[in-house]
Amino acid sequence: MMARVEEYGERKLEVAGWDVHLTTYKLGDVYHCKADNVSPGAGLARTSGATREEAEAKAVERAEHLLKRTRRQSV
Amino acid sequence: MSIYAHPEVLVSTDWVAEHVKDANVRVVEVDVDTKAYQEGHIPGAIAWNWQAELCDTLRRDIIPPDKFEQLMSKSGIGNDTTVVIYGDNNNWFAAWALWQLKIYGHKDVRLMNGGRKKWLSEGRELTTDVPQVAAASYTAREPDFSIRAYLPDVQAAVQGRAAALIDVRGPKEFSGEILAPPGLPETCQRGGHIPSARSIPWGEACNEDGTFKSLEDLRQVYGGEGVDGSKPSIAYCRIGERSSHTWFVLKYLLGFDNVRNYDGSWTEWGNLVGAQVERGAAGKAGA
Repeated sequence: MMARVEEYGERKLEVAGWDVHLTTYKLGDVYHCKADNVSPGAGLARTSGATREEAEAKAVERAEHLLKRTRRQSV
Repeated sequence: MSIYAHPEVLVSTDWVAEHVKDANVRVVEVDVDTKAYQEGHIPGAIAWNWQAELCDTLRRDIIPPDKFEQLMSKSGIGNDTTVVIYGDNNNWFAAWALWQLKIYGHKDVRLMNGGRKKWLSEGRELTTDVPQVAAASYTAREPDFSIRAYLPDVQAAVQGRAAALIDVRGPKEFSGEILAPPGLPETCQRGGHIPSARSIPWGEACNEDGTFKSLEDLRQVYGGEGVDGSKPSIAYCRIGERSSHTWFVLKYLLGFDNVRNYDGSWTEWGNLVGAQVERGAAGKAGA
């Protein structure tokens, strides 16, 4: 399958108290979404769906699951 | 605008689009998330899996020379092939792969500036087709470990203050508030940073589109923290891939002579018995 990337977009939101960066684009008939933590930019989830909303909702759900486990230490 | 010290180690997305099918060019995607390639990649690009193909997981080491030669051969890479590497997260593991190719003396290896992010954002073509490549003959050179820092090098740097230690993790990892990037598994016993290290997160070297900042901006970012190439530099992060990105910047864009990547990084120092750590937010350079 060969296709051009369409509807590329990025946005930031807060999930479970952490800043998350979403990158979403359409390839063929499928929307792909990648969720990263903003700092330091590590990947949390890579999902796909028939719509942008579906792909992003899956990514946010997965990111939330992971981020909730992050422990903060007192320094 | 000034040009980088070694501009030949970077290529643009336009260059890749034009040369990806050249007989003497091999484009390789190396991602943190190894599923990214299957989702869609640059037509003609092959992939290396950093966990399965670029690590010796039994020794916790880079791959040995014979495995490196096998990887190059099956990738259709000869000693004279131009290798262009790109990947997700602004080329984290792409830089790490480039660092390994430099250790084994590959002459012509470059990064695609901006990595996967820039290719996607420009609305370029992706494919799920995996190219078939003919095997090539490859001979690795004697490893050059002058670009790799081992634990004793870092201990000596801490003791003698003879090298600039650069912690490229996020500020909360540096301070010790978290033990790993948010959402990722904790892989060390303690939080904090190596004594005397300066905090310069890897992303400070990048523009919003994933490309590297200008030479002037990079000089300001690193020079502002006292890292100006006047003494040896050692970069570290958690497992050595983000620090490869910074190593690349210092070595090839700023042109510092003596720069090493400490790939043992925080998962080594943070777990080491008897090793001092410091905690708390970064202070100003010279303070």
